[in-house]
Amino acid sequence: MQTSASRPHPVVAPTRRRLPLAWLGVAPFAAFAGLFLILPTMFIVLGAFRNAAGEATLENIANLFQPSILAAYWISIRISLASALLGCLIGFAVAAAVTLGGLPGWIRGPLLTFSGVASNFAGVPLAFAFLATLGRLGLVTVLLKDWFGINIYAMGFNLLSFTGLTLTYLFFQIPLMILIVTPALDGLKREWREAAEILGASGFQYWRIVALPILWPTLLGTLALLFANSFGAVATAYALTGSSLSIVPILLFAQIRGDVLQDPHLGYALAFGMIVVTGIANFLYVWLRTRSERWMK
Amino acid sequence: MKPARIWSWLALGIGVTYFFLPLIGTLEFSLRMRRGEYSLDAYRVVLADPRFQETFAYSVVMALATIVVGVLIVVPTAYWVRLKLPRLRPVVEFITLLPLVIPPIVIVFGYIRLYNTSSILPLTGTAMGTNVLLMMGYATLSLPYMYRAVDTGLRTIDIATLTEAAQSLGAGWVTIMTRVILPNVLVAVLSGAFLTFAIVIGEFVMAALLNRPAFGPYLQLIGANRAYEPAALAVIAFAITWICMGLIQLVTRFSKHTNAAKR
Repeated sequence: MQTSASRPHPVVAPTRRRLPLAWLGVAPFAAFAGLFLILPTMFIVLGAFRNAAGEATLENIANLFQPSILAAYWISIRISLASALLGCLIGFAVAAAVTLGGLPGWIRGPLLTFSGVASNFAGVPLAFAFLATLGRLGLVTVLLKDWFGINIYAMGFNLLSFTGLTLTYLFFQIPLMILIVTPALDGLKREWREAAEILGASGFQYWRIVALPILWPTLLGTLALLFANSFGAVATAYALTGSSLSIVPILLFAQIRGDVLQDPHLGYALAFGMIVVTGIANFLYVWLRTRSERWMK
Repeated sequence: MKPARIWSWLALGIGVTYFFLPLIGTLEFSLRMRRGEYSLDAYRVVLADPRFQETFAYSVVMALATIVVGVLIVVPTAYWVRLKLPRLRPVVEFITLLPLVIPPIVIVFGYIRLYNTSSILPLTGTAMGTNVLLMMGYATLSLPYMYRAVDTGLRTIDIATLTEAAQSLGAGWVTIMTRVILPNVLVAVLSGAFLTFAIVIGEFVMAALLNRPAFGPYLQLIGANRAYEPAALAVIAFAITWICMGLIQLVTRFSKHTNAAKR
């Protein structure tokens, strides 16, 4: 080390000896990621294509196509899609209101801080919060009954359902959207709007032709992120519904705990299916983003 | 401009209503334990529960250990990749984002099968081994946030010049890391650390499936068996998350002030 430091140009030292040393610097990270992220995932993926005897097979994947498992995937995808779309829409509306809608500036700081808190307030406590609010004895349920005579449970509402779970997931989806889209909205230059207005564009035209195409990559990216975010969420759903609502993560959770499917390799296939779904969501994001970026040039 | 402002207030109003009703609902519910009046009984019961103290302490220790391991892995890697291996940056960035794509339940499923008692590395065989495995799992979960925070922090300083300056003064790599790079990205590291703490403290899936006595599984157990205590616990959990985020804001603001003072 001292000899190389005393040389005027340490960079020109023979690259053949330098290269392995430089690669050594990422060895701890590579070991960590390999052992605790990539290998476990590969193990699951490979297990999905093997039978109990270790032979290659597509049977586990074929077994996924039974009505109960397909129904679990379908309701999971519906909940994730609904909460991601609504999260994007409402989060965008709130962020746009605060950044561009002429609200007083002091709202912004507290809103972003609160979004940081709420987007991380997931898991079991979130389920408690919604049970205490919209459960059978929850504050809102009781108040609606006492003040307005509206019994939401008699009207068919149930927290342990598609609607209830979507409503609950929005609590961390909307803030995440706000956090990601606010900097993007800040990036819209004032001049663009003024230029559009001078050319005679209406507010709607400005958004459709100028602002939205620019924001498109961010919006799609966040949609994919929100989708994956709720698709993999187990804790909230489990604490809210026990195992009564059969969504994929809960099915997998029960499978890992007690082998409810009577076939460990079907569990691998179930997990593989989850990776495929979130993988497709992220692939779509990358693909659409490169497309829209090319189009923007 | 007028109608736009009305829409803005409306959007904000709906947002505030949606977010504050569950919080108020939870708070109100947590105070209802004693019939006919508001009291702090639920909190008293929860805080006096020895299992609450044990699991909470366990999760706090886990969170701290995760932060240490995360910093030890992320800071040198992000630094080294920026300094010596910029070609590798997309790859490393991709890997750090993988935990957002692969659901945690799949990762922990892999752990259980890969590190079971009959494998080469039987981590789940002993309690200590499982603790290590859980900690590594938490470090994986926090990797996207930690790496992004530190990498952004490194972008604002000229690491090549700092490194050369330190080297010409005779500093070794350990000195460079601990006395030059780390202090410069301390704010980023602290932000990542508080976020990690908020994630780990209530994490449920990994701890439940690895069968460790953490705070998340305790919460779930109470939720399934009690009426008012869960609401009190939710308020406590929300307060912890709030404190973590508040501390992030605080260190960021503090660093801005000191930077401004220097200039």
